[in-house]
Amino acid sequence: MSNEIMPGDVLLELDDVSLSFGGVKAIRNVGFDIKKGEVRAIIGPNGAGKTSMLNVINGFCHPQEGTITYKGVKRHDMKPYVAATQGIARTFQNVALFRGMSTLDNIMAGRTLKMHKNFFWQLFYYGPARAEEMEHREKVEQVIDFLEIAHLRRTPVGQLPYGLQKRVELARALAMEPELLLLDEPMAGMNLEEKEDMSRFILEVNGEFGTTIALIEHDMGVVMDLSDRVVVLNYGAKLADGTPAEVSSNQDVIDAYLGVAH
Amino acid sequence: MSSVAGSSEDTFPKLLLRNAKKFADRPAMREKDLGIWQTWTWADVLDEVRCLSIGLSGLGIKKGDKVAIVGDNRPRLYWTMCALQALGAIPLPVYQDSVAKEMGFVLKHAGVSAAVVENQEQVDKMLEIGESFKGIKTIIYDDSRGLSKYKVKGLHSFESVQDTGRDALKKSGAEADWLAGIEKGSGSDTAIFLYTSGTTGEPKGVVMTMESMIWVAQAANGFDNLTEKETVVAYLPMAWVGDHVFSYAQSYEAGYCVCCPESPETVVADRREMGTTYLFAPPRVYENIITQTMVSMEDASDLKKKMFHYFLDVAKETGEKILDGESVSLKDQLLYKLGEFMVYGPLKNRYGFSNVRVGYTAGEAIGPEIFKFYRSLGINLKQLYGQTEAGVYITNQPDAEIYADTVGKPLDGIEVKIADSGEVMFRSPGVFKEYYKNAKATKETKTKDGWVHSGDAGLFDDRGHLKIIDRAKDVGKLNDGTMFPPKYIENKLKFFPNIKEVVAFGDKRDFVTCFINIDLVAVGSWAERNNVSYASYQELAANPDVYKMIEENVDAVNLELAGEELVAGAQIKRFLILHKELDPDDGEITRTAKVRRSTINERYDVLIKALFDEEISNQHIKTEMTFEDGRKGIVEGDVEIRSMKLHTPSSHVQGHMREAAE
Repeated sequence: MSNEIMPGDVLLELDDVSLSFGGVKAIRNVGFDIKKGEVRAIIGPNGAGKTSMLNVINGFCHPQEGTITYKGVKRHDMKPYVAATQGIARTFQNVALFRGMSTLDNIMAGRTLKMHKNFFWQLFYYGPARAEEMEHREKVEQVIDFLEIAHLRRTPVGQLPYGLQKRVELARALAMEPELLLLDEPMAGMNLEEKEDMSRFILEVNGEFGTTIALIEHDMGVVMDLSDRVVVLNYGAKLADGTPAEVSSNQDVIDAYLGVAH
Repeated sequence: MSSVAGSSEDTFPKLLLRNAKKFADRPAMREKDLGIWQTWTWADVLDEVRCLSIGLSGLGIKKGDKVAIVGDNRPRLYWTMCALQALGAIPLPVYQDSVAKEMGFVLKHAGVSAAVVENQEQVDKMLEIGESFKGIKTIIYDDSRGLSKYKVKGLHSFESVQDTGRDALKKSGAEADWLAGIEKGSGSDTAIFLYTSGTTGEPKGVVMTMESMIWVAQAANGFDNLTEKETVVAYLPMAWVGDHVFSYAQSYEAGYCVCCPESPETVVADRREMGTTYLFAPPRVYENIITQTMVSMEDASDLKKKMFHYFLDVAKETGEKILDGESVSLKDQLLYKLGEFMVYGPLKNRYGFSNVRVGYTAGEAIGPEIFKFYRSLGINLKQLYGQTEAGVYITNQPDAEIYADTVGKPLDGIEVKIADSGEVMFRSPGVFKEYYKNAKATKETKTKDGWVHSGDAGLFDDRGHLKIIDRAKDVGKLNDGTMFPPKYIENKLKFFPNIKEVVAFGDKRDFVTCFINIDLVAVGSWAERNNVSYASYQELAANPDVYKMIEENVDAVNLELAGEELVAGAQIKRFLILHKELDPDDGEITRTAKVRRSTINERYDVLIKALFDEEISNQHIKTEMTFEDGRKGIVEGDVEIRSMKLHTPSSHVQGHMREAAE
């Protein structure tokens, strides 16, 4: 590829992006970038526009103003599945899995976009379709091994505790072999041990596969420990951008989180 | 019994060479990887071990070196044992879940120079230990995940060590040298160091020789006619003598296949897929399976529930008789067959026990109900009595001579006697050589003529079967002279599914009291069914309804004790449910789940005082606890103490007591 992006280069750039739903301005003129290979956190109080930001990045919402540049190419309005084919995967704030399906099938679903054999081959599960399925299954098994959920392969995800559902959701996103992984509150509702596990997995995904990660998280301890750079939103506007240390000592950020006496 | 010293295969590497010829195409090892079972034949294992062994030698490991092996049951870790033995080095398996401090003690004591470990977690522990103990020069890891960024001198991947070995093998004469080294080995060489979990004091390093381990393996394989056709699943800690003998010594001796599970959580599913034929588990495993079955049956439909309980009753009546080859009426036989089709077969399949020829339980006493449950389903479950110092086996129950209250007869070639003090003593060619660097303890345990003190009080019944009462030094007396065998009482309580752990007190006291740990699976499921919400173990343990359930259990045990002449006076008068689970990380129980009484006395002094002070019904307690990641925290709370109404000893004993009172 001619425009190969190396670690440290800008992978995704948002410039002066605004998004509104009718009269509600969810995002106001926000611009920041995500560099390849980093863990980028997006934080902010409730209603700051964090999830909208992720929705913009993976093409679910289309900003009225501003530009998004992904891998050096300016992006037009698109459907989320186009973003997915370009290597952007995500997990959701409220777990969005197929509850009646097994863990394995849920993760296999993450490979759907990579399956190329046509419907008829697949219908008979023969020849190339079969070979392809085996190839995908191997990839999925690697993810299962990586996230240590081998014992859950055949369990319907609806029966799993919340912490493990989150892990299955991460597995499904990883099965896409994404370049950019968007995590919407991966630790929400978890106990300390589950949070520690999840943190370890995020760091390992980033370290072993070099996957770029953008995450929204409320647990400040997690954000400070995991991320390389943090962008802070408040009422849809960018408040601060920098390393965890810079951000946590920024007076505006402290005021936004703790409130100011008037 | 053939003697090991005389045979040409008197070491494990020699047995491997034999197996690689004799059973070349038979499976020696399997492991589930990425969801698919991978198989290594004996010839493959020889190849793996050879490369590794020569690679290790290239890293400077030589005769007499001690090398720690740390991890879950992985084929590569088992191969490491043989690869080390081929060089005359000594493998030292360590409990993989112990924290760095505990591990450090053992590694320093043994003076290890290298460690072969499973993954990043264990590498981290080794590096932590290395900060204060400079002996570890080489660390070799199996799973490279998370380790790519480590820049530590002496850290090697398993593959790279094997690759060096493979390259070295290309030189002419390399293989012959390696084989010559094995040829030089003899039965009197040290095979392995096994550290005892140590219910008292620091762990002791039990030194086993090649000939004693192989002798034990021969004796055990002979006893149950085990051949190369067996399949076992290796899932118990590699540092435990039981696993070492079952998954290594006996496998090499008989040539049977050892399967390593995908992860500790998948053992049951893996066992089902592999169809294990020979099974070894501590009572806890069997108890857990029953608890889980009963818990999930509670959620089943009425029809299924009825069918399940009906056929279990049928099995209770006739199952054991059929297993022992006794005659049973035609109707009962047919009913049992139907039950096999409807309930027992599917259950056994679910547990992965369908192909089990022989199953053993050991380590702790097993509840007669639990024991009979499995036997009535047609699983040939037997008890054995053993110790690390004996290379496991001392007595086994022979087929069709199964009594729930005994541990069977001595194996061929093992002598057992009861000392005047009531202590069980044994002697055989399979006993340990010594405790490493601990001549004093060796002398106390092993007499000059080879008899070993077991430390257990026991007796032979008139059928010639050994009966173990308790740890000899734990049996105490109440102030009125009544015998107080703590474990005996504790086990009676532990047989209730709601109770996980018990510690009884009574020696030199006026009455008996105990601590109880509830079983979070069983009681948690009860809570779910009864809409009882709770946030932690502590909260559930303090629930009044839970107390009520446990009180009923204690009462049932008291009633049982009241009917037994010797211990009728040792009924439990007061009890409490502990606010935290006893945990090996806190040193309260050993890694094999045996209670450490001295530690508990120290940590819960306040609670023990309160138990014996009948004025107190509620006691505040603050305890330090260790979390799984090694950090410490404090748990505190109020613990309720319940007093029990004791039962009058049953008629027979009553007369006796009255006489004594007059």
